Amino acid sequence: MTTFEAAKLVAGREIRVKLRDKAFLLGTVLLLFFTALGVVLPILLEGGPGKVAVVGATHVAALEKAGLEVEVVADRAAAERLVRDEEVDAAVVDGPVVLSLEESPQDVVSALSTSPPVEFLDPDALDEAARFLVPFVLSVLFFFTTLTFGVQIAQSVTEEKQTRIVEILVSSVPVRALLIGKVAAMTLLAFGQLALLATAGVIGMRIADVGGPLIDALLPTIGWFLPFFVVGFLMLATLWAAVGALAARLEDVNGTSAPLQFLVMTPFFLVLALQGNSAAMTVLSYIPFSAPIAMPVRIFSGEAAAWEPYLALAILLATTAGTLMVGARIYQGSLLRTSGRTSFAAAWRNPAPVG
Amino acid sequence: MTTVLNVEAVNRTFGERQVLKDVSFTVDSGRLTGFVGANGAGKTTTMRIILGVLAADSGAVTWRGRPVTRQDRQAFGYMPEERGLYPKMTVTEQVVYLGRLHGLSAADARRRTTALLERLELAERGGDPVEKLSLGNQQRAQIAAALVHDPELLVLDEPFSGLDPLAVENVLTVLRERARSGAAVLFSSHQLELVERLCDDLAIIADGTIRAAGSRTWLREQYTLPRYTIEVDSDAGWLRDEPGVTLLELDGRRAVFDLDAEADDQAVLRSALSRGPVRTFAPVRPSLAEIFREVIQ
Repeated sequence: MTTFEAAKLVAGREIRVKLRDKAFLLGTVLLLFFTALGVVLPILLEGGPGKVAVVGATHVAALEKAGLEVEVVADRAAAERLVRDEEVDAAVVDGPVVLSLEESPQDVVSALSTSPPVEFLDPDALDEAARFLVPFVLSVLFFFTTLTFGVQIAQSVTEEKQTRIVEILVSSVPVRALLIGKVAAMTLLAFGQLALLATAGVIGMRIADVGGPLIDALLPTIGWFLPFFVVGFLMLATLWAAVGALAARLEDVNGTSAPLQFLVMTPFFLVLALQGNSAAMTVLSYIPFSAPIAMPVRIFSGEAAAWEPYLALAILLATTAGTLMVGARIYQGSLLRTSGRTSFAAAWRNPAPVG
Repeated sequence: MTTVLNVEAVNRTFGERQVLKDVSFTVDSGRLTGFVGANGAGKTTTMRIILGVLAADSGAVTWRGRPVTRQDRQAFGYMPEERGLYPKMTVTEQVVYLGRLHGLSAADARRRTTALLERLELAERGGDPVEKLSLGNQQRAQIAAALVHDPELLVLDEPFSGLDPLAVENVLTVLRERARSGAAVLFSSHQLELVERLCDDLAIIADGTIRAAGSRTWLREQYTLPRYTIEVDSDAGWLRDEPGVTLLELDGRRAVFDLDAEADDQAVLRSALSRGPVRTFAPVRPSLAEIFREVIQ
C-alpha cells in the first residue's frame, strides 16, 4: 500500500466520523441558518408590502404595480380614519395627496411619480454598511473556521495518542500518511462547509433580490477568498496537528496550542481594527497569517491591483510549504512520546523515533 | 516451522538507562512463542522495536532473513500493552478500518471482520461503540483488530490480562488456530502457568537481557535438576541408604530425591526393581515458574 492510499483511508475515516458527529452537523445547520437570516433579515425589517387606502380608482393600478396592497375607500374621512388607526400605512386621496402619520411613505410616493432615469458614474461604490459588513463576515468566517477545525485536528491527534491506537496505526502505515490524511480530510470539510455557506449566501441574495451591485462586487472577492482560505487553512492545519501530537492528554491541548491560537486571533483583530487604514491593510494583505482575510477585503474595496492577490498567494504558498515541513517534523517527533507533554525542542531534535 | 523473525543483538537506551542489552531471540512460524519477564524487564520495548513503533539504537530485526520493511509490517498484527481503539467508533467499523490499513480490500475487510467477531463471540456487540463495551469485550475487540488481516506475525503484549477464564480459553483457541495455519505468534505474559500451557517456544528476559530462549521442551531439559520421583509397592525408606541419593520427600510408597552428579539413575532403578514392582520412576521436570526463578537470578 502506498502512502497515498493509506492517507486516503485515513482521510475517509476522519470524514465519515465528522459527518456523523452531531455537534459538527448541528454547527453547520446553525451557520446555514445564520447565513439565511443575514440575507432575509433586511427584507423582514423592511416589513411586508405596505397597505394603502385609496379614494377612487384612478391610482389603484399604479399602486398595485408597485407591489402595494390596495384598499379602496369611499372618501377622505374614511381614508384618514384607516391611517390614524394604523390599519394602513398610508392613503391616497384626490389631488393626489398622500396621507401618512409621520413618515413620508417612499414606496407610495415613487409609485405615483415618474422618476428620471439615473446613470451611475461610479457603479462600484457601495454603501457604508456593506463596507463594514463584508470584511467583518470574511474575518469571522476565516477565524471561526480555522480555530474550530484547528482545535478539532489537534484533539483528534491527541485522542489517537491518548488511546494508544496510534501504535497500531504507526505499525501499519507511515506516520506521513496519518498526517496527510488527517489534514486533507479537515481541509476538505472546512472548505466544503465554507463553500456551502458562500453558495447559500449568494443564491439567497439572488433569490431575495437584495444586494444588487453588492453581489457583483462580492463574486471576485469570494473567488479569491476561497483559494486564500484553503491555503491559509492548510498552513495552519499541519501546525494544529503538531500541537496535538505534543500533548499527551486532551487536557494538554489547550496549553500546547496557545501560541497557535494567538497566531489565529491576532490577524483577525488586526484586520478588524485597521481596515480603514489602507497602508496597514496593504502590509497585512501580504503577511501570510492575515493575508487570507486582508487580501480579499482589499479586493472587495477595490484597493488591490490585479497582480497583488497572485503575489500574496505565492507568499502564502511558500509559507505553507514551510509550516508543512515544521509541522510534520514536530508531529513525527512527538507522536509516540506518550509519557507526558513533549516540548517543542525535544520533538524538533528527534524527528523520527520511528524505525 | 522455520525461523521467520530474528531479533539480533538489539540495544536501546532511554536517556541514561539502558533498557535492552544485546537482545537476541527468534520466532518460528507455526509456533507460539512466549515472551516472559518481570515488569520493566524490556518486553514491551522489544515488541515496539519489532513493530517499528520504536527504533533500536543498534542491532537488527530481520523478517525471513532481511531487515523488516514497511511492506513486511503490513502483514504483522500488533496488540499493544496499553489498549487503544477509537472510543466512539463501533467495533465492526474499526476492525474493518484497521484491516484496510493493513492492505485488505473493503469487501475482504468486512467479510473477515464478521467471521472474526463471530469466532471471538463478539458478533452481537459489533454495532456498539467501543466505549460502551465491558473491559473484557474491549479486549476481544482489540484482539480482533490485531487478527483481522490474517497476519503472518502476531505480536501480542499481555493478551490475556483482563480476560475472564472463559475468554482466555476462547482467545487461546483462536491463537492456536492461527499458529496451526502457519502464523508466527509472539506474546508476552506474566501468567507463567498460562505461558507454560500455551507456548511452544520461550524467551525469558530480565533487566534487558535474554536469560534463556528456546523450545519449551529443550529449556525444561536444560534446567532439569537431577531430581526424580519414584513410586513402589512397599515402603520406599530404603532410598535413604542408597549411594548418591539425597531424599527430599518420603511418603510411604512414594518419594522424591536428588541424585549426585556421578550417581547412575539406572542403578537406583535396578535397586528398586530388586525390591519389588516399580510403578513410577521419572525425572522431575521443573515448572516454568521454577525455571524462570532460576534464570532471572
